[in-house]
Amino acid sequence: MKEPRVTTRRRWLGWTAALGAGLSGCTRSKPGEDAGPGLLGKPVSAYGERSPYETSTRQMVDTRYPETSISRTPLQDSCGILTPSSLHYERHHSGVPRIDPAHHQLLIHGLVDRPLIFTVDEIKRLPHISRIYVLECSGNGFVEWSEKTGRDVAESHGLASCSEWTGVPLSVLLAEAGVQKQAKWLIAEGADACKMQRSLPIEKAMNDTLVAWGQNGEALRPEQGYPLRLIVPGWEGNISVKWLRRLKAVEQPYMVRDETSHYTDLMPDGTARIFTFPMEAKSVITYPSGGQILHGLGFYQITGLAWSGRGRIERVEVSTDSGQTWRDASLQEPRFPIAFTRFYFSWNWDGKEAGLQSRAIDETGYVQPSREALIAVRGVNSYYHYNGIKSWTVRPDGSVTNA
Amino acid sequence: MAASPTRSLMILAAAGALCAQSAKYGVGRTPTPDEIRAMDISVAPDGTGLPPGSGTAAAGKEIYANRCARCHGSEGQGRDSVPLSGGQGTLKSPKPLKTVGSYWPFATTIFDYVNRAMPFDKPGTLSHDQVYSLTAYVLFLNHLVSETTVIDAKSLPKIQMPNRNGFVRDPRPDIPPKH
Repeated sequence: MKEPRVTTRRRWLGWTAALGAGLSGCTRSKPGEDAGPGLLGKPVSAYGERSPYETSTRQMVDTRYPETSISRTPLQDSCGILTPSSLHYERHHSGVPRIDPAHHQLLIHGLVDRPLIFTVDEIKRLPHISRIYVLECSGNGFVEWSEKTGRDVAESHGLASCSEWTGVPLSVLLAEAGVQKQAKWLIAEGADACKMQRSLPIEKAMNDTLVAWGQNGEALRPEQGYPLRLIVPGWEGNISVKWLRRLKAVEQPYMVRDETSHYTDLMPDGTARIFTFPMEAKSVITYPSGGQILHGLGFYQITGLAWSGRGRIERVEVSTDSGQTWRDASLQEPRFPIAFTRFYFSWNWDGKEAGLQSRAIDETGYVQPSREALIAVRGVNSYYHYNGIKSWTVRPDGSVTNA
Repeated sequence: MAASPTRSLMILAAAGALCAQSAKYGVGRTPTPDEIRAMDISVAPDGTGLPPGSGTAAAGKEIYANRCARCHGSEGQGRDSVPLSGGQGTLKSPKPLKTVGSYWPFATTIFDYVNRAMPFDKPGTLSHDQVYSLTAYVLFLNHLVSETTVIDAKSLPKIQMPNRNGFVRDPRPDIPPKH
C-alpha cells in the first residue's frame, strides 16, 4: 500500500547521497509526489496534513460498540511532550456528538446567587489562560494488572495525552454566578447522548480547573469535547467532562453511575475506593519499546515520558538490567507541573538481552512503585489507577517485547 | 440591648453587600426557571430531582424485554454489556462480579442513569413511568423488591442497597516506597 512510496523515497535519498548532488535526478518520481531538484512541490493549502509517509495512528480496539470505546495514543512514536490533537486518546460513553457552537450553552445553577447561561462566545470574552496538562484515563494501563501486559506503549500507556489547553478558569465563572457557602460539590454534565456527568469537589473547581475551548492552538477537536469541556488538572480523565453543558452547585456528591459503578477501585477485602481522583506518578520508556527493533549494537538514546497528577516530575531513573541498578535520566526542560516530561538516557547496547525500565519521582517525593508492590496492596481486581513500573526486554536479535 | 432601627438597617445592608458579591464581568444571562427545569435531570441519593411518576417490576418486565434484554440478557445476567444482577458475595473473590445488586451503593443511581443514558442506542426516549418501572425491574432481578412494589420519588431513595457501606475514601498514597 504505502510501502512502494517509502522505498522510492529511501532509494532517492540513498542515491543522491551516494552519487552527490551533481548527479541528482537519477530517479524521477511522479511530479508533485517527491519534490526533487527541478520539481515543483504541492501548492499551498488551507488546512495542513502530515506527510503521506507518516502512518502512526491511534490504536483501536475491536468492539461491537465503538461509540462507547477507547482509542489509544501511539506514544511509542511520539517526540517531545505534546500530543497532536488528532492523536489524543479517546474515551466516549455514547459517541462523539456533533455540536454547533452557535447553539451550545453552559448553564450554571443550583446553590448560586445568580444562575447564569453562557454562550460559547460569551465564555470566550472572559479572561482566559493556556496551560500544558496531561490528561489520563484512570483505566490507562488496566491491561498491566494481568499477566498479559501491554505489548507496546499504546496498549500499556496510550490512554494518556498531553496538550496545551486554553480556557477560562472555572473559578471566574463560579464567581460570576456567586457560589453559595453550603455548596461543596459541582455536578458537571456533558451534552453527549448519555449526558455523562460527574461530581466535582468545589475546592478543585475553584483551584485550577478550566472550562476549555482551545487545544494546541486551535478549537478543541470534537472527540475532545468541542466546543467546551472541563480540564481538571491531574485528576482521572473521566471527570474532565467533555461537551460541557451544565454545572450544578450542590451540597453532596450525587453518586452517579460513573463514580460508583465505574471508576471505583475494588480492593482484595471487597471494599471499593471511591473518588480516587489524582493520577499518581508514572513513566514509560517509549524508545526502545515493545514492537520496535534495534538494528545493531552500539549507542542508543533511550527516551520516554514521565508525569504526575500531583505536580512536577523531579527525577526519572532508568535501569537497563531489569531493575537491579538505577541511574538518573536527564529531564528535558522546562518541566511543567501535571504534564508529560520527556527524559533521555544514553545507552550502549552490548548485544545481550537487556531489561529496560523507568521509575518516576514527583515533587511530593512519591516514587513510582513496581507492579509487584502495587499488586501486594491493591490485588489485581481494582482495574483503575495502575501506575506500576513498565519493563521492556531487548532480545539479542534486537527485537523489543513486553515479556 | 436592642440596637437602634437605623443601626440594624446599616448592619443588614453591610451584611447583604458582603454575602451577595455582584458579578464582576456581567457576561451571560439569567436563565428562566423553565430553561433550568428542562436541563436539570440530575438525581441525588436523597431523591432530590426525582420526577413525578411511578412504576413496578411487573410493568417493567415487558419494557425490559423490548428495550434492554438484547444487551443485558433476559435476566440481567449480561450479554454484550455489563451484567445488572447477581454477584452478591463475590466482591472479595478472585472473580468479583460487579452488578447493580452486588456493587451499586444507591438505588437512585439506577433511575438517574437509565433516564439519561439508556437504552444505549436511544437514550432519553423513555417516559418517567417507564424509567421507574425499569428501575423496579432491575431491583426485582436482584431480589430487592417484589414484583408489585411501587417505585416512585418517595420509595426509591429508601431502598437499602446491599453494598451501601462498601465504599471507602481514597487512602493514597498507599504503596510503601522501596528505595
